[in-house]
Amino acid sequence: MSLTFKELHWAKDIRVQQYLQPKTLEEALHILQDYRGRARVIAGGTDVIPQLRKRDIELEALVDITGLPDMANIEKDGDKIILGGLTTHAQVASSQLIKDQAGLLSEGAGSVGSPQIRNIATVAGNLISGQPAADTSIPLLALDASVTIASGEGERAVPLSEFFLDLGKTALDPCKEILTRIKFQPLGKDQGGAYLRLSKRKALSLPMLVCAVKVTVNKDKNTISEASIALGPVAPTPFRDRHTEDALKGAPINLTTLADAAEGASAYCSPRDSLLRGSCDYRQEMVKVFVKRGLVRALEQAGCTLD
Amino acid sequence: MSTTKLSFKLNGHSMEVAIAPNTLLIDLLRDDLGLTGTKVGCREGECGACTVLLDGEPVNSCILPTIKVAGRSLTTIEGLANEEGELDEIQQAFMDEGAAQCGFCTPGMIMNAKALLNKNPNPDEAEIRQSLSGVLCRCTGYQKIVQAVVTASQMKKLQE
Ligand code: FES
Ligand code: FES
Repeated sequence: MSLTFKELHWAKDIRVQQYLQPKTLEEALHILQDYRGRARVIAGGTDVIPQLRKRDIELEALVDITGLPDMANIEKDGDKIILGGLTTHAQVASSQLIKDQAGLLSEGAGSVGSPQIRNIATVAGNLISGQPAADTSIPLLALDASVTIASGEGERAVPLSEFFLDLGKTALDPCKEILTRIKFQPLGKDQGGAYLRLSKRKALSLPMLVCAVKVTVNKDKNTISEASIALGPVAPTPFRDRHTEDALKGAPINLTTLADAAEGASAYCSPRDSLLRGSCDYRQEMVKVFVKRGLVRALEQAGCTLD
Repeated sequence: MSTTKLSFKLNGHSMEVAIAPNTLLIDLLRDDLGLTGTKVGCREGECGACTVLLDGEPVNSCILPTIKVAGRSLTTIEGLANEEGELDEIQQAFMDEGAAQCGFCTPGMIMNAKALLNKNPNPDEAEIRQSLSGVLCRCTGYQKIVQAVVTASQMKKLQE
């Protein structure tokens, strides 16, 4: 098998004619409109730059939004937490607020790439990459987060459950639109969460399996009132296992419940065979382990004891 | 192609350069400014050989558009020794501990260690390993690199 030069070597440069740095959201959206699909938003650029070098995408201009005001903050707004569209993984991973009230997201953000990548790459970009096992997509999906998308036509809010459309494809068009905010409800009383990641190394490694769990418990009845279980990569998009979640509604907190949930989840997931990430059989077994372990940890965080 | 003028601080000195909009920082440093201490390994943000400090934080210069450094402060491996050419503790410790074999990852390792020690002069081993986790080394097996950073933090303490 002979490979062409292009397949063997990426180009050294990125081929763009203009690198624009708008100062306001309106200006940025205008530029995107003017370029009609030939310009694209760049924030950290840790995905876009390699894609340009591989010639996976061809563009006339990059629109760098890192100069837009008030978009790099982590804030509490009423009972919700809001991450600005420019918040980096490093910011989220080191935020005490996120550690205390959404530990599963903090751990996910701290697992992406490497320290150098986390200093530059934004959480919004991690979502927009549309990868089925993105380390912040999975916990944010378990947290029922929603995103605000701005375009020339105005703003719209999209729940994450409707955001991921296909492998690498989301409801956001980066040649037209900008993700301005990520919003979610932090963990409250009688709630707990967990984030689990399987990979070959502790750093600089692709996830073979990521699982995030959130539970709400009824301590008087010793039951699970609600559970959310997000998994990846077990489908083309980050996956919420609604069947298992339904089965857990109102279920007593005991080991049988957890074992049933683990079996159920594994039956609904279909990871692909992958030389890099492991075989389907292996990862289906690991789904069982992770769902059970994730539920145990989340329940413990919610203040429950299992016997 | 049109060029853009931008100014920033490089290793403590003010710089002004005119660059094309598609210039990545690593190419400005190595090709235009002749600062070849920073290495290129993968060019896709994986290996960390190209690490420089941007406002004190480690970043991969191979995937950083140069325009992003406008108005900011950049430190490369060339900026660690002082004006008299006296090495930084981390550089000295890497030599003393034999922490470099081919040396290709060394600038990346040292820049990440520098960012750590600036913020946390007394790191434990786990913190050191975490700070070096974004640089791949194909030679050493990492033990001596970790040891060198431990030694550097002790040297720093002795001087104070
Ligand atoms: S050359 Fe930049 S990360 Fe490898
Ligand atoms: S010393 Fe050779 S790559 Fe690290």
